[in-house]
Amino acid sequence: MSAPQFMRVRADMPPGHVRTPAYLRGKTGWVERRLGPFPNPESLAYGLEGQALPLLRVRFTMAEVWGADTSHPDDTIDAEIYAHWLEPAEAPHAP
Amino acid sequence: MPHDHHDHLSPSGHPYRADDDHPLTYWQQMEIAVRELLIEKGVTTAAEINAQIDAMDARNPANGAAVVARAWTDPAFREDLLKDASAATRDMGFDIGPMKLIALENTAEVHNVVVCTLCSCYPRNLLGLPPDWYKSRAYRSRTVKEPRKVLAEFGVDLPDATQVRVHDSTADMRYVVIPARPAGTDGWDADRLAALVTRDSMIGTGLAKTPDSA
Amino acid sequence: MTKEPNTFDGRRWHDMGGEAAGPVPTDQHDFSLWEKRVDALMILASSKGHFTVDGLRRVLEDMGPEAFETMTYYERWIASVNQNLIEAGVYSTAELAQRMSEVTKRGATYGEANR
Repeated sequence: MSAPQFMRVRADMPPGHVRTPAYLRGKTGWVERRLGPFPNPESLAYGLEGQALPLLRVRFTMAEVWGADTSHPDDTIDAEIYAHWLEPAEAPHAP
Repeated sequence: MPHDHHDHLSPSGHPYRADDDHPLTYWQQMEIAVRELLIEKGVTTAAEINAQIDAMDARNPANGAAVVARAWTDPAFREDLLKDASAATRDMGFDIGPMKLIALENTAEVHNVVVCTLCSCYPRNLLGLPPDWYKSRAYRSRTVKEPRKVLAEFGVDLPDATQVRVHDSTADMRYVVIPARPAGTDGWDADRLAALVTRDSMIGTGLAKTPDSA
Repeated sequence: MTKEPNTFDGRRWHDMGGEAAGPVPTDQHDFSLWEKRVDALMILASSKGHFTVDGLRRVLEDMGPEAFETMTYYERWIASVNQNLIEAGVYSTAELAQRMSEVTKRGATYGEANR
């Protein structure tokens, strides 16, 4: 097993059709698996050609998403995030 | 009326909601108009629409239950399913269309539960159309933040030692949960086991039935 | 007259993960024939390339929270399917308008209006 690859979700708040949930924006998780490429839904939604993008399943801890005082901080959330929403990151600091 | 064969009981055994003898709504007018225009423009045909309805009616939780029961009884299939659930379910003979499926295995250590916070993505091409609660504001809002409270409302109380993994179905993949095989089923064949697999257990909001409750 | 500053932060109504909400509802209905037809029209029109599921979602999102609270699931779907088909040029608003008026003249119920 290689070291986990941490990624931070961009904290952008654009208008229009996007598939990156707001509650994960600005949060850091690690890559669970890589998928794709898939055409960008942000273009497909408007009848345009979608650029083929890598799609990553990213795993976040409840502590990272909701704060350390959440009831079960080690429970996790996985979500599929398109590559243009992700930036390499350091491991989140322990609280 | 040309569609009489759809007017019997639904797959769940309940009558369809009566829609033929209620006052016509604006949205029903629109459905009739859109359907007729699509047929006249050559986009589709009445027969194709009926075939699509029949294809969706044939997709129901029993298909997923057969997949789960086979995974419980056939270790090589279980491995294939966890590696590529689309290929494994197609190889079993299920028409899942272009759906890209991931199977998630529940154990004593890990409990997976699936939600779509942005809309209501669901593995419809295997399990059929989603239940109404799956599309509700409450389920979509709360499951990612307080999954254990949501699960408790479904009667699933998990020990603290079991890790909960929530899967937010945000993009191109769909998810089916393989519930843990219940105790007391040693020696059961796949057909008998399939009767223990509920729809909710394949979403993660339920457990498989136990032999005494089945 | 001064307006209150606009406090919108960009988060859209449909993006509801993590928000507070009541108990998960348990009532369930079987889909009626007209709802199944809407579902079939969506699958067929999108599989033939006239629009995508992303286009369906985009219009549903743009319809806003009032539509989510006051219309049923397949009422919202037919509204979105229709808008996507008009945007794709499959038929015009005038063609739809005339056909809907014609449909209402056939009878007072879905069964009578469905030819």
